[in-house]
Amino acid sequence: MATFFGEVLSVYSRAVEEDDEDLDDENEDEQIHRAIEEKREVHIAWCPEVAQSLEGKLQCSELIIAVGTNAAGFLSAYVLNTESWDAVGHASLWNERSRGSSRQSIAPLPGEPACLFYRHRDNPAVLVCQSTCYIAEDQLFQWTEKVFGCLQKRGLSVMVLSDSPVAEYKTPDYLYGSAVPFLRSLKSSASKSQALCPALEQPNILTGLPAAVLSHCQVHQIPAVLYQCYTDVISPDSITMETYKPALLCLSKLVKVSEYIVEQGPKHFCSPLVTAKIKTT
Amino acid sequence: MNWNADCEPGLILIHRFMYSSPELRLAVLQIRTPIIQTKSKKFCKLMVSWIKASGFSRTVLLSSSHAYQRDDQQLLGTPLRYLQTPSMQKVTGDRLKEMEWREMETVSTFPGVTDSEQRLYIPGGGATKGLFTDSCAEDIPLVVVLIFCSEGDNIPDAFTLLNHLNTWLHLVDAPAQMQPKWRIPASWRLLFGSGIPPALF
Repeated sequence: MATFFGEVLSVYSRAVEEDDEDLDDENEDEQIHRAIEEKREVHIAWCPEVAQSLEGKLQCSELIIAVGTNAAGFLSAYVLNTESWDAVGHASLWNERSRGSSRQSIAPLPGEPACLFYRHRDNPAVLVCQSTCYIAEDQLFQWTEKVFGCLQKRGLSVMVLSDSPVAEYKTPDYLYGSAVPFLRSLKSSASKSQALCPALEQPNILTGLPAAVLSHCQVHQIPAVLYQCYTDVISPDSITMETYKPALLCLSKLVKVSEYIVEQGPKHFCSPLVTAKIKTT
Repeated sequence: MNWNADCEPGLILIHRFMYSSPELRLAVLQIRTPIIQTKSKKFCKLMVSWIKASGFSRTVLLSSSHAYQRDDQQLLGTPLRYLQTPSMQKVTGDRLKEMEWREMETVSTFPGVTDSEQRLYIPGGGATKGLFTDSCAEDIPLVVVLIFCSEGDNIPDAFTLLNHLNTWLHLVDAPAQMQPKWRIPASWRLLFGSGIPPALF
């Protein structure tokens, strides 16, 4: 699409191109398609201890998924830093934006975009997933089916924390800068818990992994609540991470969490652990 | 026109939603997202076998096609087209022709070459052609009703398609020479973004 100023923008189109079935008849193309499908397959690798207990399904009463660097950073700072967590698995997948995570058996390197699973030592029914890598549209269903396929559905509750740019938030009134970042919630029909922030208004849409997880929970009647944080900062930011604090109310009932006191300073800085005093509750 | 009353915050609607009306003996499957291209064939097969297993007396597939790919003939007259499977033809007979509906034209497999084979071509229609051809093969009574349209605000196209369908199925009563009053879903709000910053003016 060309605009008045001459620049060319690629725009997302709702129209869907027709399949050209004639090409699929050729064996060579079939082989290529199969090879591409195999390359794009999602693999979930569990540590030996968990893999063994997967003969039956993994007992899990609470699955907490953080999608995005700020959601993952929040969990790292408030939940995972209490040293009672074991890394129990990771998801490896390849796509055009996540090229580094195709090594199935080797865990991702620290700082690399990844999808990591942690389990609480004292309460092994609590699982945390930090997802900072991009999962493509054609891989989302696989990811969801494979992860939830490992978990016992009975008694399972899901919480999703997700970052989103405020530019994608739709509201009839103009949103002033001081209102950002902010939290909105969305629950599956089976969830009876009280949401800790206003519900996401129509006509806003969720996309990506949060949408895939919530859709799965809605279809399979799993209680799930999503907390979506709309922020104007793309990089890791302590103010955005702190916006998820209402979720600590639920999390503190399951596991020990840290109370995080941030010293007064510039609004956006990228190393929250450096200047924070951590007080364990 | 009123916004749908179901526009309260927190209402969750996922990518495929099934609605049903026992009074109208009608079920509506709303597909809100594109089907991943590599899964399109599988999707068509699953849909067709589900339609068959469910025993629907007739199925209507509402769709669209790129307006910019019309040929010279298609540029004239109504942008609405239909297709029906042989099984559907047995049910409706010539009803749709009598209502002066236009059947979707086929295109030449090799444009410019005379006597070349004709084929069905629905650009921008997604799985429409796949669903139609599979329904023909499985003897499903199915009608495709589609509209030629362009990218952008498709709300008027949606109403045109729906009113056209209503002239056949009479889903909603309307006074003579007038269109029915449809309810607009909440998802149609703010199609072009949020409120404008006042400081812009």
